[in-house]
Amino acid sequence: MTTFLGMPTGGGHLTGEPFPKAAKHALGNAQLRRNLAKATGTIRAKRANVVGELPDWAELRAAGAAIKDEVLANLDEYLVRFEEALTSRGTHVHWARDADEANRIITGLVKATGTREVIKVKSMATVEIGLNEALADVGVHAVETDLAELIVQLGNDKSSHILVPAIHRNRSEIREVFRREMPGVDPDLTDDPRALAEAARKHLRHKFMTVDVAISGANFGVAETGALVVVESEGNGRMCLTLPRTLISVVGIEKLVPSWRDLEVFLQLLPRSSTGERMNPYTSVWTGPTEGQTSHVVLVDNGRTATLADPDGRAALRCIRCSACLNSCPVYERTGGHAYGSTYPGPIGAVLSPQLTGVDKNPTLPFASSLCGVCYDVCPVAIDIPSMLVHLRERVTESKRATPESTAMRALAWAMSDARRWRRLIRLGKFGRVASRHVPLPGWSTARDLPQPPKETFRDWWESR
Amino acid sequence: MSARDEVLARVRRAKGPRDPAPVPRDYRAAGTRGPGDLDLFAERLRDYRARVRVVPADQVAETIAAALRERGARRVVVAPGTPPEWTELSYPAGRIESRDPLGGDPREANTEVKAEAKAGANTEAKAEAGAGSEVARAPEGVDAVGLDTDGTVSVDRVGADTLDVAILERADAVVTACHVAVAETGTIVLDHDAADQGPRALTLVPDYHIVVVRADQVVAGVPDAVAALAGVRTQTWISGPSATSDIELERVEGVHGPRTLEVVIAR
Repeated sequence: MTTFLGMPTGGGHLTGEPFPKAAKHALGNAQLRRNLAKATGTIRAKRANVVGELPDWAELRAAGAAIKDEVLANLDEYLVRFEEALTSRGTHVHWARDADEANRIITGLVKATGTREVIKVKSMATVEIGLNEALADVGVHAVETDLAELIVQLGNDKSSHILVPAIHRNRSEIREVFRREMPGVDPDLTDDPRALAEAARKHLRHKFMTVDVAISGANFGVAETGALVVVESEGNGRMCLTLPRTLISVVGIEKLVPSWRDLEVFLQLLPRSSTGERMNPYTSVWTGPTEGQTSHVVLVDNGRTATLADPDGRAALRCIRCSACLNSCPVYERTGGHAYGSTYPGPIGAVLSPQLTGVDKNPTLPFASSLCGVCYDVCPVAIDIPSMLVHLRERVTESKRATPESTAMRALAWAMSDARRWRRLIRLGKFGRVASRHVPLPGWSTARDLPQPPKETFRDWWESR
Repeated sequence: MSARDEVLARVRRAKGPRDPAPVPRDYRAAGTRGPGDLDLFAERLRDYRARVRVVPADQVAETIAAALRERGARRVVVAPGTPPEWTELSYPAGRIESRDPLGGDPREANTEVKAEAKAGANTEAKAEAGAGSEVARAPEGVDAVGLDTDGTVSVDRVGADTLDVAILERADAVVTACHVAVAETGTIVLDHDAADQGPRALTLVPDYHIVVVRADQVVAGVPDAVAALAGVRTQTWISGPSATSDIELERVEGVHGPRTLEVVIAR
């Protein structure tokens, strides 16, 4: 197993069946491909439009990348500062090494309140650690309140997108899920998105008014002040953050920004990159428990330090989960998110998931790309995903036991590292002229001819001129 | 080793010796673009399908009254620190409950108003109601306001200490001020520690939010707003009514937050 500096990796929902196998299955689903092409096509156009409006997009992007790099370079100091700021205002701070520990902490906090039900703001971190399942194990029902998460939950389905977990479902499929699974829903419910949103509003309204414990993630944590930021659209986030008396926020340790001012960059980059809006409908900022609430923050590692340890891979931790790379990726558009087998699909998932788990547990994801580079172009924090994919492919290859190919390549590298050695070797090439016609190389010569070595090397010809 | 110490130790081992380059801030920074363009602000809001009324500063009260009338709002909650004149025209036969947010039990007061509303009590009867409440005189042409069959509207002024979600659930509308607004993105930001913007639930639970934005509160871009919000503990950034794009990435306005946002821009 290749981990940098022996750093422990993460667990939870980060692996699945090998990508080629899962992708083959997904590619056979014409409905899925239609749903995805329509949705990603819509969002790509919107994003391009609002990004083009800003004359200083490139400068914002450079600043966003640099701010995140600064956080990662001094992450220990920022975490300590963040903890101090939170604690001084009365928030309880907890630390979790991995998914299991985070789940133990959160289920403990929830059980202590005596509730049997919690309401949740959409949070990738809680999906990553498998929190809903952990809560169910102790008899607590977690109610997802984001519309797409609710569709996924009611349909007993899995998220396939960072921003819109139910992107693989079209309106009529969603209507069917609601009619089947939503208690008391109008049997004549139409598939008009307005009617579907209204049904979700009615379904959740009572929960918001009565459930007393909420679980959220956070888009940003400000180290300087202890402020937490949740960026959302529907108002379900505001409901969860405001009404229950206990609020538990699950925050990956990479979510920090150094100072309040830094949000001036990210609150421009994130909405335009994610939903293609100039600004999302609602952003909540709270600094310490508000209006009599009890507030907990759980800081989660779960493989993030293992990612940080790789100098060529750590920039994946800049990610602000906008999903622009998913929406732009020709591979994602055809396979959908489930094929990646991880909470984090698409190009960012292909670089993040293998680093969080260690490449040995996700050896196919770095290859789930054509390396076309559009993900890098649209990334608001300039993560060079294509280069990182190549780097991770190398790590995957290195982590495997020797194959005939890798042995041959290593021998070749040895020969090519010395001019005289190399010269002697290529002279031997003329003896391969016969062999190349007769020796089969399975996996190579089945689909193409083996090149014929020349009778005389170029160097010999040049010198004998 | 505690989880905290172990995670921090891992970070120290992992982060490497590298000192990153300073953050380049070559984007349009705060204070470089002058005041916000009100026309652009209104246009951006309309893009979100918010309702926008741009009016002279001395017509805010009439505008609020007209908006409530068109909406058919009967129970209105108002952030306690808003100027009283904003809503004076909106409760022709109603009353203000707990102008001081700490004065009296709002639940009791609210029940009382409802009972009176049902009884169709006239203004004289209300004048004799309990201490701590005030009666607003009905202006001329109450009927033209046409608020309801019994002509009664209750206006609750609620603060953090008197907040009851049940009151808010029954409210048809909420009226607040704001802290700052962004022209380029059509964003309005509330400071929930400010008395004229009220606690968070106030502007969340009622289905109709009227927010008054003064022209001098509108800044050009997001950095200007972030600068104006330094030190503000609890904020809500609002850009149009609640919305979702979760079904086929098509935007639908109106999910859990207020489904109608009415912005009164006072020039």
